[in-house]
Amino acid sequence: MKALAFVATLVTGAILLYGTMDFPAWGDPQAPASVHLSTHYIEEAVAETHVPNIVTAVLGDYRGYDTMFETIVIYCAGLAVVSVLRRSR
Amino acid sequence: MIWGIDLLILLLVVICAIATITIKDLLSATIIFGVYSFLMCLLWAEMGAVDVAFTEATVGAGVSTILFIGTILHTSRRSKD
Amino acid sequence: MKILQERIKHTKFGESLIIETAIRIMVPFIQLFGLYVIVHGHYSPGGGFQGGVILGASFILIGLGYDFKTSLSRMQEKTNIILGNLGALLYTGVAILCALMGGLFLDYSALDKLIPMGPIEWRSFGIFLVEVGVGLAVMSIMVSLFWDLCSGGDLDEGL
Repeated sequence: MKALAFVATLVTGAILLYGTMDFPAWGDPQAPASVHLSTHYIEEAVAETHVPNIVTAVLGDYRGYDTMFETIVIYCAGLAVVSVLRRSR
Repeated sequence: MIWGIDLLILLLVVICAIATITIKDLLSATIIFGVYSFLMCLLWAEMGAVDVAFTEATVGAGVSTILFIGTILHTSRRSKD
Repeated sequence: MKILQERIKHTKFGESLIIETAIRIMVPFIQLFGLYVIVHGHYSPGGGFQGGVILGASFILIGLGYDFKTSLSRMQEKTNIILGNLGALLYTGVAILCALMGGLFLDYSALDKLIPMGPIEWRSFGIFLVEVGVGLAVMSIMVSLFWDLCSGGDLDEGL
């Protein structure tokens, strides 16, 4: 069983490594991910939000929903641990 | 991106990952997992994603290690398998 | 020397003068750094999440070096719950307030009707309000996770 799991892991790793051969180069300006919306963020973020750090502008303003539900997820995790473990004294 | 440093960090990341899942002592596995988190933090800082590196250093290496140790305190220290 | 030996006899297992003094000196600076990371997130790497974790780590450090009683006296259990809920409410409250003022959900420039400060300046200030909310929620949740997981839920003793 252990040898079978090892072979499965090896094959999956080989397929994943084969898949990375189609990736664009690191920091390629012509990559599909960086021609669609990134140019707008890089050029307009400081003028539109007055925040010099573009990462904060994207996280807090353009992708506000994402950060909001990230906070809600952490809040729910804390709530779950408190409701399972906490015993009233 | 310097390929020498990259290769060294990636090699250490693989070694730490294998050591974390093979070691029997859960406390040692937790500490090695903290080392793994710091190496990933280094890798991200070296690739230019400083915000992600900051989050990894605080959450992955700082708080989650303490939470793992606190959980091991209430269970057994040796893993059975 | 005799006084020191007497003092060591009366201390409980695990208490150390060196560690306690070091933590007493370090904790204010850690908290100051956490506040700096939250507030300076507009200009440098960082933000609400990282700053909140650092602020929570300072209280975790008190719980590690001293005992749970000292940690609970520095940060009350009730205060912790109130701060966590306040943080999560601050984020959603700002977002709903934007919708109530006539803009879109999470469109901070709509808050210009409340206090005229300029729509672009409000987008910058809205991000700041939201980051403070994230920081408060994350700090409270991290401290609460540490208390519950390390003491088994009764908050008496642990780690």
